[in-house]
Amino acid sequence: MSERGRLLLFVAGAAGFAALLLWGLAGLPAFGDYRGPYGDVINASAVAQRHLTNMASAINFDYRGFDTLGEEYILFTAVTGLALLLREIRSEIEEAPRDASPNRDASDRSDALRWFGLMLAGFTNLFGLYVVIHAHLTPGGGFQGGAILGTACLLVYLAIGYRAFRTVSPKVLMDFADATGAGGYALIGLGTLLAGGAFLQNMLPLGQTGDLLSAGTVPVINLVVGLEVSGGFILMFAEFLKETRKPSREKDA
Amino acid sequence: MNFLPYVVAAWLFVVGLYGIITSRHLIHLIVCLAVVQSSTYVLLLSIGYRTGAGAPIFANVPPGTPAVDPVVQALALTDIVVGATVTALLLALAVQVHKRRGTLDPNRLRSMRG
Repeated sequence: MSERGRLLLFVAGAAGFAALLLWGLAGLPAFGDYRGPYGDVINASAVAQRHLTNMASAINFDYRGFDTLGEEYILFTAVTGLALLLREIRSEIEEAPRDASPNRDASDRSDALRWFGLMLAGFTNLFGLYVVIHAHLTPGGGFQGGAILGTACLLVYLAIGYRAFRTVSPKVLMDFADATGAGGYALIGLGTLLAGGAFLQNMLPLGQTGDLLSAGTVPVINLVVGLEVSGGFILMFAEFLKETRKPSREKDA
Repeated sequence: MNFLPYVVAAWLFVVGLYGIITSRHLIHLIVCLAVVQSSTYVLLLSIGYRTGAGAPIFANVPPGTPAVDPVVQALALTDIVVGATVTALLLALAVQVHKRRGTLDPNRLRSMRG
């Protein structure tokens, strides 16, 4: 089909689709006129029931903890799939990873980038840890904090280079974090089963609302999720960054 | 009656689709797909919004303070995770396409070769 024909077909289809979509959206309650009931039930009861103050975490890691187990495994599978997709050509080049792309050489980095990037990496790392361990109290959680921790390592890459990135996040350790995090979540569920409860039932002591150690299993689950997400993100970054290496065989040919 | 956020969601969806249809570069196409997906974040969060209500975090406000729906926020979190993984996998596929075919223009990738 010609590009013009394709565009005309799209305009006709999109116009019809947009009309149906807007028609359907017009049937929703007006913006700002939320009618519940589920959100209101959670907001009204979760603090007293589970001693936590972040309602989104109450849903994700307690009431619907089983769904989040699936969500975590989506990420785990994606990381595995990514490693599989980007494996082939790299296995043909047996050499130590190094910065080879000319425009990514460490000597090209300005002092400002190097120092500011490293400084920021430290703060970002601390902030990521904070977001992970305060999942049940303030906005954040294992997924968000894990992504921030991954970003901290990426800042090291930006500031210094690939080798430094690999030094602060060794592959063995990241593999371990990714797998332990993914398996740990399922093990917490199995643990509650063995203790006589339902799968992922919140059975640990709930503690005092607002304390760092409260809300039972929620902070524990967030720790393993944070481990999995940070490990997974860093492994994904590493896979993509390895693609920027100059293949030695091509250079020889 | 204010429907503007819903219109924004519909617009993001359609404009992302337009980008996918007319794309001449696979990376651009993947970003357009992310735009389509971002319309679902807007839609989910607008459905749960309540005028004048705060975030569903009761760390500094007493429980019972009017708050927006946390269920759609939890859904948006799942949505974002799925979006990130889809984007990552598609980018990996784009890397492989570029290695094998030397181009990222979908128009030049018509004939599939093994």
